[in-house]
Amino acid sequence: MDSLALLLLLSPFVGFLINVFFGKKLGHNGAGYLATLAVVVSFVATLVFFLGLNGGAKPSEIKLFDWLSVNNFNIEFGFLLDQLSVLWLMFVTGIGSLIHLYSVSYMHDDENRHKFFAYLNLFVFFMISLVMGSNLLVMFIGWEGVGLCSYLLIGFWYKNQDYNDAAKKAFIMNRVGDLGLLIGIFILATLFGTLNFTELNATILGGTNAGNTTWIAAAALALFIGACGKSAQIPLYTWLPDAMAGPTPVSALIHAATMVTAGIFMVTRLHVLFDLAPVVLDVIAYVGAFTALMAATIGLVQNDIKKVLAYSTVSQLGLMFLALGMGAYEVAVFHVITHAFFKACLFLGSGSVIHALHGEQDMRNMGGLRKAMPITFVTMLISSLAISGIFPLAGFWSKDEILMVSFHGNKALWVIGSVASVLTAFYMFRLMYLTFFNDFRGTDEQKHHLHESPALITFPLIVLGTLAAIGGLISLPGHSWLNHYLAPLFAEKTHEAHHLGTTEYLLMAVATVGALIGIGIAYAKYIKQKQLPETDENISGFTKVLYDKYYVDEAYEAIIVKPINFLSRFFRDYIETAVAGFVFGFARAANEIGYQGKKLQNGNVGFYLFAFVLGVCAIISYVFLAK
Amino acid sequence: MGNVLNQIGIENYIFLAVILFCIGVFGVLYRRNAIIVFMSIEIMLNAVNLLFVAFSTYHQDAQGQIFVFFSMAVAAAEVAVGLAIVVSIFRNLGSIDIDNLKNLKG
Amino acid sequence: MHTITLLFILLSAVTVATAFLTIFSKNPIHSAIYLVICFFSVGGHYLLMNSQFLFIVHIIVYAGAIMILFLFTIMLMNLNKEDEVHKPRLQRWSAVLFFFLLCAVMMLIFFQSKPIVGDYDDLGTDYQSIKVLGKVLLDSENGFMVPFEFASVLLLVAMIGAVLLSKKEKSS
Repeated sequence: MDSLALLLLLSPFVGFLINVFFGKKLGHNGAGYLATLAVVVSFVATLVFFLGLNGGAKPSEIKLFDWLSVNNFNIEFGFLLDQLSVLWLMFVTGIGSLIHLYSVSYMHDDENRHKFFAYLNLFVFFMISLVMGSNLLVMFIGWEGVGLCSYLLIGFWYKNQDYNDAAKKAFIMNRVGDLGLLIGIFILATLFGTLNFTELNATILGGTNAGNTTWIAAAALALFIGACGKSAQIPLYTWLPDAMAGPTPVSALIHAATMVTAGIFMVTRLHVLFDLAPVVLDVIAYVGAFTALMAATIGLVQNDIKKVLAYSTVSQLGLMFLALGMGAYEVAVFHVITHAFFKACLFLGSGSVIHALHGEQDMRNMGGLRKAMPITFVTMLISSLAISGIFPLAGFWSKDEILMVSFHGNKALWVIGSVASVLTAFYMFRLMYLTFFNDFRGTDEQKHHLHESPALITFPLIVLGTLAAIGGLISLPGHSWLNHYLAPLFAEKTHEAHHLGTTEYLLMAVATVGALIGIGIAYAKYIKQKQLPETDENISGFTKVLYDKYYVDEAYEAIIVKPINFLSRFFRDYIETAVAGFVFGFARAANEIGYQGKKLQNGNVGFYLFAFVLGVCAIISYVFLAK
Repeated sequence: MGNVLNQIGIENYIFLAVILFCIGVFGVLYRRNAIIVFMSIEIMLNAVNLLFVAFSTYHQDAQGQIFVFFSMAVAAAEVAVGLAIVVSIFRNLGSIDIDNLKNLKG
Repeated sequence: MHTITLLFILLSAVTVATAFLTIFSKNPIHSAIYLVICFFSVGGHYLLMNSQFLFIVHIIVYAGAIMILFLFTIMLMNLNKEDEVHKPRLQRWSAVLFFFLLCAVMMLIFFQSKPIVGDYDDLGTDYQSIKVLGKVLLDSENGFMVPFEFASVLLLVAMIGAVLLSKKEKSS
């Protein structure tokens, strides 16, 4: 089993190495197919583990070697394959394989596609090590690695300076979160003396240091800040919409389905810790809810098809954090999975649209694509219905569960979450209507070339669309396979079974009606009245505030970037000058002494003899007379 | 004759040796002629030898005198090589004025 | 005044005077002659201290070998002329100054260390006859055998070096 786990982990890495060194020589699509194969191998390996675990096998922990060993503090380099990590690996490698396949066609014309696939494989490798790591530090390697790959892939088309800036922004914002994560890791190491998940859980459940609530809360909060950075929550969310600068498969894989869920994964991994810090859980719930609402409102008015999906992702991640904050970890995991299905499908669909329109991303220049691209349309429609929470698609079940737990936990948050869901339904169908209905608004040139994408692109769409439709089956209320599967993780919890009473059915009804209202408004606005979003200059009022994303970027610019720049300039212009002047002063003094002293060495033997005698006098005086 | 130091005292030999040594140093500094400089160095060596012998007598130990032998051997070698150098300087520069030797610098 | 004291003063006067004359003579030949006298007087000191063997060696090496070398060199280079230009006045005066400085420093050291230097006590043992010196020099147990052999090597090397250095370079 150990070697299989290593195969799982290293297969994408080998793919990365081959692609990075020999990718160019592998023929036109060789790099792409190789990368896909590498991830498929991982997927198959994961499947073996998954079937084993589902059949009741014990989670396996693999210790490769001792990494750090200081006194009693020991960190081994190892991997943990339990229910949670294998589940995560399932959709990381599964959706990863599909997106790799999709990319073969999507990146067909890019001259650097071997590099693209190398990065993509490297990302999968790091994502796997993030998920599989048996302790926080191994996870941290993956955590940093996926951040790096995200940076590389956002800035993949590096010739555009805006894309480079977006990549840098993503990287730097993630650093802020990573600092929080590191601090959290340090506090945990100090408190419990171990970073291994299994031992950590056992120690915390055993009650050691459990009374130290202040520090536990501090650790949980620091870890949550790390999660905020990776999973794009307030206040560190602004990088994710900008990250859409990367190629669309990247947005689908990294910035929708996998990497951004790392924060949720981490919180779920350490749920025992978070359970001890109810204050932090409240913070998480509120942050999640407000992120969901805020991102949804911004998403209402965006015109870039990928930006809408990006804000939708932020919003959905917010909902997942809301569930985490309610202590309903398995619900969050459920939504992560369904979201991975339909959001990946939506992104790939948007990629298909962009592909067909030769890079056009502005929805104001689309429309009427339903006829030309039926498969893309149908799969995206299913996914949109799913994300809106329409019965019986995947999103309905997961979103409904989140709203249900928040209703039981905190009514205010339930209201916020519900409003966010209604808004989600609205902007998703705004996207659908603007893209696929009415008449085509682009140029004649584009219209002439409209076509359905090739099979390599539609196949992943169909698979993901199907999953988006039926994915909810894994956790139906009452008969939840997922909850049963994850039960060993939450063994310490006394699980109150959801009994479906009138309240629950009522909540489902409210959610569905809300979604239908959102869709209805969108229908009225964009189909009935055939409205179009205003051009950039004509946007005004509150819409302008939304369109400009609440001016958060500008606020950050003013509050953080400007002062830091000012401080840097101050240090450069004054402190640096002073310090450099001081240091250079020594250099100048030495220089001057040397310049003057040079004259002593004039080559005159007679003079040297004088100096020699004087030196002898000095030495013997010092040795014998200086008492 | 045996107890010469009883009559004279070791300090007088020390005085003599010091003065002789300083005369040697003075000669090195005072003259420009390399040959005379060499002679001054010989005077210094002799001053040291004299002091060795005086203390050898004082301690009634032969080792001081043995050391004088070695110092003489070194002096002989030094003079041989030194004078050869002086000769080659004279051949190259046409003089043995040490103030003309101004190339000893980096 | 005792004869020995008188002899010492006389020898010392000759030593110091000829040393000075060596330096002040304008003609290098004269310098060399004065230096020979200086060496002889130093040899007289050795004799005064009853170191006969050393006296002989001193005369042979210094007054004989070394001085002959000097004289030959002087004559070889045809330097027996009084054409040397004096050093600048400043250098000459500073040479005098350094002479007194060094004297002062050494004398001061000597005066400081006076309490350690006790009176001479003649034990009457033989320590400087040729026999004893030979034993000390060549005794293989605790003598100076190895340095002695090295001295011979040194002399050989010096000879080779001198020959090499003074050999006329072939005109290229």
